Amino acid sequence: MSAVNNSKINDFVVRFANVNGTGSASANFLFTKAVFRMGIPATPKNIFPSNIQGLPTWYEVRINEKGYLGRREGIDLMVSVNPQSMLNDVACVKPGGYFMYDSTKKLHAEYIRENISYLGIPLMQMCNENYTDPRQRQLFKNIIYVGALSALFDIEFNVFEDLLAEQFKGKEKLIPANIKALQLGIDYVHANFKFPLDLRVERRNLVGDSIMIDGNSACGLGAIYAGATVAAWYPITPSTSVVEAFGAYADEFRTDKITGKRNVAIVQAEDELAAIGMVIGANWNGARSFTATSGPGLSLMNEFLGLAYFAEVPAVLIDVQRTGPSTGMPTRTQQSDILEAAYASHGDTKHVLLFPSTPKECFELTAEAFDLAEQLQTPVIMLTDLDLGMNDHVSPAFEWDDNREYKRGKVLNAEALEHIQKFGRYLDVDDDGITYRTYPGTHPSKGSYFTRGTSHDEYAAYTEDSEAYKRNVDRLIKKWNTAKKIVPEPQLYQNKNQHKNGLLFFGTSQYATEEAMDLLREKQVYVDAIRIKAFPFGRVVEDFINSHEKIVVIEQNRDAQMKSLLMIELGVNPEKLISVLNYDGMPITADNIVKQITIAINRKLETSKI
Amino acid sequence: MTYIRPKFRHPELPKNKLGYSVDYYEGALSTLCAGCGHDSISAAIVRACYEANIEPHKLAKLSGIGCSSKTPAYFLSNSHGFNSVHGRMPSIATGANLANRDLIYFGVSGDGDTASIGMGQFVHAIRRNLNMVYIVMNNGCYGLTKGQDSATADQGSKNKSGNVNLFDSIDLAGMAIELGASFIAQSFSGDKTQLVPLIKAAMHHPGFAFINVISPCVTFNNNAGSTKSYDYVRHHIDATATVDFVPEMSEITTEYDEGTSKQVKMHDGSFVSLHKVAHGWDPVDRLSAMNAIHHARANNEVLTGLLYINPNSNDLHHLVQTTDKPLNVLTKSELCPGAEALKKINEELK
Repeated sequence: MSAVNNSKINDFVVRFANVNGTGSASANFLFTKAVFRMGIPATPKNIFPSNIQGLPTWYEVRINEKGYLGRREGIDLMVSVNPQSMLNDVACVKPGGYFMYDSTKKLHAEYIRENISYLGIPLMQMCNENYTDPRQRQLFKNIIYVGALSALFDIEFNVFEDLLAEQFKGKEKLIPANIKALQLGIDYVHANFKFPLDLRVERRNLVGDSIMIDGNSACGLGAIYAGATVAAWYPITPSTSVVEAFGAYADEFRTDKITGKRNVAIVQAEDELAAIGMVIGANWNGARSFTATSGPGLSLMNEFLGLAYFAEVPAVLIDVQRTGPSTGMPTRTQQSDILEAAYASHGDTKHVLLFPSTPKECFELTAEAFDLAEQLQTPVIMLTDLDLGMNDHVSPAFEWDDNREYKRGKVLNAEALEHIQKFGRYLDVDDDGITYRTYPGTHPSKGSYFTRGTSHDEYAAYTEDSEAYKRNVDRLIKKWNTAKKIVPEPQLYQNKNQHKNGLLFFGTSQYATEEAMDLLREKQVYVDAIRIKAFPFGRVVEDFINSHEKIVVIEQNRDAQMKSLLMIELGVNPEKLISVLNYDGMPITADNIVKQITIAINRKLETSKI
Repeated sequence: MTYIRPKFRHPELPKNKLGYSVDYYEGALSTLCAGCGHDSISAAIVRACYEANIEPHKLAKLSGIGCSSKTPAYFLSNSHGFNSVHGRMPSIATGANLANRDLIYFGVSGDGDTASIGMGQFVHAIRRNLNMVYIVMNNGCYGLTKGQDSATADQGSKNKSGNVNLFDSIDLAGMAIELGASFIAQSFSGDKTQLVPLIKAAMHHPGFAFINVISPCVTFNNNAGSTKSYDYVRHHIDATATVDFVPEMSEITTEYDEGTSKQVKMHDGSFVSLHKVAHGWDPVDRLSAMNAIHHARANNEVLTGLLYINPNSNDLHHLVQTTDKPLNVLTKSELCPGAEALKKINEELK
């Protein structure tokens, strides 16, 4: 039981091995939030099965006072309450780490390792002695181990009291039983172990005004702030909670408290085809409308996305990416819908993409997606992922400027139509590729037109004339070039380029990449860096690539899809692009990035290897 | 079909209450085959909108893909139109309707567009009681791809190439009533007298108003042996009743023998007036409508007229409790909770 000297204050990883459907998620979140309330950044990752009850599920919390919010390999303390996965859970613990388990029954010899410490707590026995209701016995087992951890890590008790008071606001009678369970865990530690551990939490003031929220909720809130009124969707992991959050916020902000009437319509469609169809119909008719889906849904939406592109109807689609292909691993993360989204649908199509990294960006870019979709009269697809969407993240607080107006794009009202000789839906009046549209019902005799996916001329009339067809699709490219100027600018990590080589990344790779950059600096490897937030790529992205010798493209898919996109759209020489890839379904780690870059350096950055 | 339509209209053409003559409701020239049933239906739509004093710009016409789905170009040129993708018109109509509850949504589809590729969306639009008119121009075949059987072709029906259809047909009206559609009618493209009042009533119905119109394909399915030919349909037609649509406030003057007439009052005060009502059928009784449909089917008859109407229909907006104003006119001040509320949200997430 002698611990290796391993003093890690505010820098360690705890993993909980639970059975899904046993109420462990809220207990584990309580633990995470307590660390966060101690002023220390903490990142939870829920590693769960595509199942409702009975299968192994893990919850991993990285506590890091330097503010590194990416995942880290290696477990410092394992809380094991699931016999199914115990053998593997024991093996995961780093040498010198701890293994907490339910000691109601004696631990079998095969689980014993020499180089880790064991913290046996008779959880089941304690529950049976203190609670009679079977459900309570199960739920409070989780709270008891949280109590034990709080004593071992030295987390202040009043932090839990505050959290429980907030959680059970209005149901105060549930609080004492929870406090009792926490206390049982604490008392057991006090009586049986040396505490606190060398791994522990010390109060800091490092989280400032940060909030803790998942990306999907942030997207839902962003859609509320953006003035979305129609949401149509089909349930699919990991996107489901986007529209659920939108609905919950709509209950609060869009519902008349007296009449119950709502300034919103949310429809659960029969499938993803119908969901995107409804979104297109609503946007065509002047309402801001969106859907949320994941890879398989995006595949189904392809046909309609082509229609919206060609007929120039705005649409907002939030794709919370999961591990493909096909059904893949529905509860694991990946950034593997990039090419599918960029070129969704048959024929020559391209779509505007947005890549948020944090819940704050989920909120902001969702709001911006509606502006862009209406300004450009085209679908805008926001590519988030399971890691960002379903896990809680420490995020800068949300901001909203009350002076911000919705950019509704070029829409003619009745008065404007009065002044027009002959309305042409697809006439490029302003020479930017973006034409004027009208909503149905605007004017008795002017501005009506026929929206169609068939080839059309400037007046929206069907045509099979080659010249008219070409004029139209060439104008769409002109519009695409306009898009390059108005999509969100990338984030540059330096005011001026300083180094020969650069890193390029996007989305949730941000967390691990920023950490990797620090680790690389320690190894005297210096690079510039850029984080892309949108497609099409604008001037800044192009300049960054042109002004560096080699670009390391970090992404979470097997086929280096972002690299392909850079090659296709910017004509970048593939020799110049070095891929760092992660596609095992788990969020990318800094160690992994450093390892892959080191290998590339050892190859003297000669060639790009996928 | 016609290459030139004279621009000249008689200046004395009668005007409706809005001051529009019937030509104001026309559309572009049809490019369908000469004699196509669909053109007759388009003409009936024009007539119905004229007679019902519809403001064309307050109506949106929607369709999928196929011969039938081309027709919205051939009526109401002052209405916005949306020719979407194959079988997916109902979802476009659903979104459009949610965005603005104040317009009339007029959907046109075909038997391929509805009974095959679009079956899922058709079914779910009914289930949501979407407030729209949904006309199927039903000819039992795929016209644009040159005459393949569709899912509404009757078993044993022979098409122009002499192929006999092996499979049982999908009876759209029968299916609609099973699914709980709140307005179901059936008609024949050759019977404008019946079709016009049905369309008018459908536009007044606050819910999913389905009209299945048998509309022979003169090019691919009008031959002997086809059960969707003009001849066959004319010989096998049977009506539930004759239909009049009586707008709001109108006085009902015509008198019929008691027991053979029925008036169904619609939500807006207008009436559907039915005469020579078939024995044992009651337009507001779903079971009797089901019986009538099954009975006609067993006798190889095409039952036309109004089949069923639910005068207490509650549409999708009612069900999801959307506000009375169209959602597309709501402004930022009505939609955006603002910075103060966001501050509170941030506090709760700390």
